Amino acid sequence: MDTNIPLPPGSAAPPSFQDLILRLHAYWSAQGCLILQPYDVEMGAGTFHPATTLRALGSRPWAAAYVQPSRRPSDGRYGENPNRLQHYYQYQVIVKPSPADAQALLLDSYRALGLDPLLHDFRFVEDDWESPTLGAWGLGWEVWCDGMEVGQFTYFQQVGGIATDLPSFEMTYGLERLAMYVQDVENVYDLDFNGHGVTYGDVFLRAEREYSAHNFERADTAMLARHFEDAERECGALLAHRLALPAYDQCIKASHLFNLLDARGVISVTERAAYIGRVRALAKGCCETWLAGEQD
Amino acid sequence: MPELFLELFSEEIPARMQARAAEDLSRLAGEALAPLAPSDIRTFSGPRRIALAATVARGVAETRSSERGPRRNAPEQALAGFLRKHAATPEQLREEGEFFVLDRVVPGIAASDLIAREAPGLLRRFPWPKSMRWGGTSAFAWVRPLRRILCILDGETVPFDLRDGGDDGHGLASGNLTEGHRFLAPGAFSAGSCAEWREALRDKFVIVDAAERRRLIWDGVTRLAAGRGLTVVEDAGLLDEVAGLVEWPVPLLGAIDAAYMDLPAEVLQVSMRVNQRYFALRDSDGNAAPFFAFVANVIATDGGRTIVAGNERVLRARFADARHFWDLDRTVRLEDRVAALDKVTFHAKLGSQGERVQRIVRLAGALAPVVGADTEKAKRAALLSKTDLASGMVAEFPELQGIMGRYYALNDGEDPDVAYAIRDHYAPRGTGDGVPARPVSIAVALADKLDLLAGFFCIDEKPTGSGDPYALRRAALGIIRIVRDNRLRLPLLNRLNEAVEASLEAYRKTLLEPFKDSWLADVVTELTTNLSHPPRRPWEQEADSFWLQHVVRNRIQSSRDIASDLLAFLAERLRIQLRAEGARHDVLAAVLGTGLDDDFVRVLARTDAVAALLGTDTGNSLLTAYRRAANILRIEEKKDGPHDGPIDPALLSLRDERNLARVLDQVEPDIAAAIRDEKYTEAMSGLAALRAPLDGFFEYVTVNDPLPELRRNRLRLLARVRAAMNLAADFSRIDG
Repeated sequence: MDTNIPLPPGSAAPPSFQDLILRLHAYWSAQGCLILQPYDVEMGAGTFHPATTLRALGSRPWAAAYVQPSRRPSDGRYGENPNRLQHYYQYQVIVKPSPADAQALLLDSYRALGLDPLLHDFRFVEDDWESPTLGAWGLGWEVWCDGMEVGQFTYFQQVGGIATDLPSFEMTYGLERLAMYVQDVENVYDLDFNGHGVTYGDVFLRAEREYSAHNFERADTAMLARHFEDAERECGALLAHRLALPAYDQCIKASHLFNLLDARGVISVTERAAYIGRVRALAKGCCETWLAGEQD
Repeated sequence: MPELFLELFSEEIPARMQARAAEDLSRLAGEALAPLAPSDIRTFSGPRRIALAATVARGVAETRSSERGPRRNAPEQALAGFLRKHAATPEQLREEGEFFVLDRVVPGIAASDLIAREAPGLLRRFPWPKSMRWGGTSAFAWVRPLRRILCILDGETVPFDLRDGGDDGHGLASGNLTEGHRFLAPGAFSAGSCAEWREALRDKFVIVDAAERRRLIWDGVTRLAAGRGLTVVEDAGLLDEVAGLVEWPVPLLGAIDAAYMDLPAEVLQVSMRVNQRYFALRDSDGNAAPFFAFVANVIATDGGRTIVAGNERVLRARFADARHFWDLDRTVRLEDRVAALDKVTFHAKLGSQGERVQRIVRLAGALAPVVGADTEKAKRAALLSKTDLASGMVAEFPELQGIMGRYYALNDGEDPDVAYAIRDHYAPRGTGDGVPARPVSIAVALADKLDLLAGFFCIDEKPTGSGDPYALRRAALGIIRIVRDNRLRLPLLNRLNEAVEASLEAYRKTLLEPFKDSWLADVVTELTTNLSHPPRRPWEQEADSFWLQHVVRNRIQSSRDIASDLLAFLAERLRIQLRAEGARHDVLAAVLGTGLDDDFVRVLARTDAVAALLGTDTGNSLLTAYRRAANILRIEEKKDGPHDGPIDPALLSLRDERNLARVLDQVEPDIAAAIRDEKYTEAMSGLAALRAPLDGFFEYVTVNDPLPELRRNRLRLLARVRAAMNLAADFSRIDG
C-alpha cells in the first residue's frame, strides 16, 4: 500500500489536535479504510461502535477508521487532573482480515504523525485486550513510544462470545495522550487544538467540570436504574424481531447507564458482576442476530 | 554429523513467555526427532524469534526384524490378531518350524525427510500459554502471527509447509530467510547455519542469546550508574523482562525531576518498575537517587537524546499521578478509613474486609501478652492494618500495601510500633522475605495469618495438590517461621480455636444473610418462583425455618475439628520445612507422631534431642533394645492383650531383671520431669542410662518363661521401658 502521504502544509511544527485527526484520516483512507463518523450513542470506547463490534463478525472483509468520543464517567476529575478525562477521543481502525503487514502499517501511521522510529524508541509490549461487557477478547500489544503508550493493537479473537471467522486487526489511538506527546504538553487542557490559538481547555474544560459533577453527584440514580431496565427490555424485544442494529443501540445505552451508576457508587461488587453479565448477554444476542442476518 | 537449525520468526512474543518457549521447543524437537538422536541442542529466544540448533544423525537406516507369530496349529483368531497387530497380510508370513514368522522391514529415512515430516505437527501442537488466529481462515495458531520459518540442515533448506487439507496454513512454508532489527536493518536475508545466523543477526542489530542480552543490559546500566557514583537496585525479574523486550539493548540514563524526590522511595521504584520497566538507582548511602536507567531497542540518530527526553516526560506524568495519590491519601487519617473496609468484600462466604479486621484485632489483642507486645498497640495496629487498601496509592499499586500504611500511619502521628506493624504484618511474604521481629508486628502478623487460615478452612477452601489460590501454605509457613525465628512459646491449638470460632461466626452470618430481614419469606419466594411450587402456608414456613437451621448447622463442621485439621496442616508444613533442612524423616515422624504437639519450639527441641541421641552409639544400642522389647510385646500382646499392669518386685528373680527395674525406677521420674521441664537433652541422658541394663536383660533373661507369673511380670517390665521411652518420642517410627 502507498505510505507516502503528503503532510499538510506547515507540518514541521507539531500537529495540532485536529491536524492529528486529519493526518490519521488521510493515512488510513490511503490504506483503503472507509472513513466513518463517530457513532451517535454514548459509549465507553471506540470498540463499541457497530463498525467494530458487529463488523468484526462474519466472513465479509471490512476496513474502517473513525474518531469516537469515549465516555468513562468514573475517570472524571472536574478538570483538575492533567491526564484524566471523563470524555475523550479515540481514533479507531479496524481491518478484517488482519493484513500481514499490520505492524508496518501501524508504524507508518506514526511516521505520518511525525514520529520517526529511528529517533524514537518504538516497542510492542504484551497487553491482551478484553471487554467483559462485550464478551470480547483479543491478543496484541500496547504500542510504546519512548516509554509512552501511544496505542493499543489487538487481533480480535472473539466478539459477543462468538469466535471471529476472520480475525481483525484493531488499532486504538488515545488522541489526547498522543497529542500531548507530539506537542510536548504536560496538561491536556493546554493542547493546541487548531494551530490558531484555541486550546483543548477552551473547548472542553467546562464540560469536564459539569459532567464530573453530573457523573459523581447529580445523576439521578433511580432514573438511571430505570433506564437500564428499559434499555435491557427494549433490546430483548427488538432482538425478537431480529432487528440487530436498533437492538445493539440499546445494548450500548445499557452499558453506558451501567458506567454512570458505577460512577455514582451505587453498585456493590456482587451487583457489578451481575450488571456486566446482563450487558454481555445483550451484546451476545445482538452479535448473534447480526451474524445470522449477514449469513442470510 | 549434520547441523539442524530451526528459527520461528514472529511478531513480538510476550517477554514472560520467551524462555519457556525455548525450553518447549527443545523438548518437542527432542521427542519428534528422537530417531535422529539429536544432541548438543541449543536454544535462543527473544522478542521476535525462538530458535533451536542441534546435531542430528544423517538419517535412520532401514531396519529388519522377524516377529514370531502363533503356532501353525493355533486357532484362527490368534493368527488374525497377530496380523492385525502388525498390519500385515497372510501372504507376508512364512513358516519356521511350528511357528508363523513375519519378516518386517522398516524403511530408512533421510534426516531431512524425517524433519520435514515431523516439523508441521510440532508447530501445530506447540504449547503456548495462549495462542491466537490471524489473517485469513487458517486454523493454525501461534502466540502472535508467525511470519517466517527458517529450517536448514547442513546448509540446505528442509522443505515443509503448514498446509493441512483445505487449510492454507497462512501460506507459511520453510525457507532459509530471516530478518534483522525492525528499524536498524529492515528486510530479509538468508542464513545457512546457526553460526552464520548468529553473526549475521549481530551485524543486523539483533542479539539472539537472551543471557547475552541480559548481561549487556546489566553491564550497561551499572556502568551508566557508576558514571554518576550510583548503583542499580538489583531486580532479576525486571532484568529478565527487559531482556525479552529488546533485540538490541541500548542502555540509557534519565533524570528524575527533583520535585518528585520527596515521594517515598518505594513509590518511585514501583511506579518505575511496574509502569515503565525502569531500573531504580541508589546513591552511596543507599538513598533513592534522582536518576533512572532504562533500555531502548534502537540506536537513535540523535544519540538517544529524544528518547531520554521522552522517557523523562513520561515518568514526570507517572510521578505526577503518584504525587496526586500521595497528597490526597494523606488528607484522610487511616483511622477514618476503617469504616470503608466494611464495604469491601473479603470473601462472599466470610463477609467484609472490615469484619475480618475486627477478628484480627481480637486475635492480636489476645496474642500480644504472649509475644511480649503492648496489647493496646497491637489492637491499634491490627485495626489500621488494612486501611491503606482503601487509599488511592494502593489501589493503583497493590504491591505497596502495608508499605504505604506505614507512611500514612507515621503521617497521622501513630506510634512507630503501630506503623511498623502495619507494614510488616504481611511478612514473611515468601521464602526470601524477612520475618517480623518487633513484638507488635509479630502479634499482628500472626493474627492476620491465623485468621486467613481459619477462614478458608471453615469454608472448606483448603489447598489441594494442584492449587492454593489463597496462598494458605505461604501463610502457614509464615506462622512457622515467625514462631521459630522469634522462639515463641505459643500453644497454637488455643489460638487456632479462637480464630476458627470467629471465622465460623462470620460464615454463619453470611449463610443466614439472605434471610436476614424476612427470615424465610425470601427463601420461600425463591423456591416458589423458581420451582413453580404453590405458595406455602405459614406452618410450612415454620417447618422450613427448622429445616434451614438444620442445614446451616450441618454445613458447618465443629470448630474443634477444624482447629485440629489446621494444626495438622501446620505440622505438615513444619515437617516439610524441616525435611528440606535435612532433618531425618523418621525422627520427625517419631516426634510429630506422639499426639500433635502444638508448641513448635518444643517440637524443634525434641527433634534436635532425639536426633542427637540417635547420633551416638548408646542411642543406637538403645534403639535396638527398644525394638526388641517392642517386638516381643507386639507378639505377646497379640496373644493376651496389653501388659501394662504393675510389676511385682517379689517376682523379679534374676539379677538383670532386678537391675533393669531398679534403673527404671530411678530414671523414670527424672525423664518425666525433664520432659515436663522441656530439658530434652537431660531426658535423653536418662534414657541412655537404660541402655546397659536393657542389654544385660536381653542377654541373660528369658522373657517367655514357662512360669506364667514370671513371663507376665517380665512383659510388664518391658512395657514400662517402652512407655518411658515413648515419653520422649515414638521410637517405633525410627528406621532401623
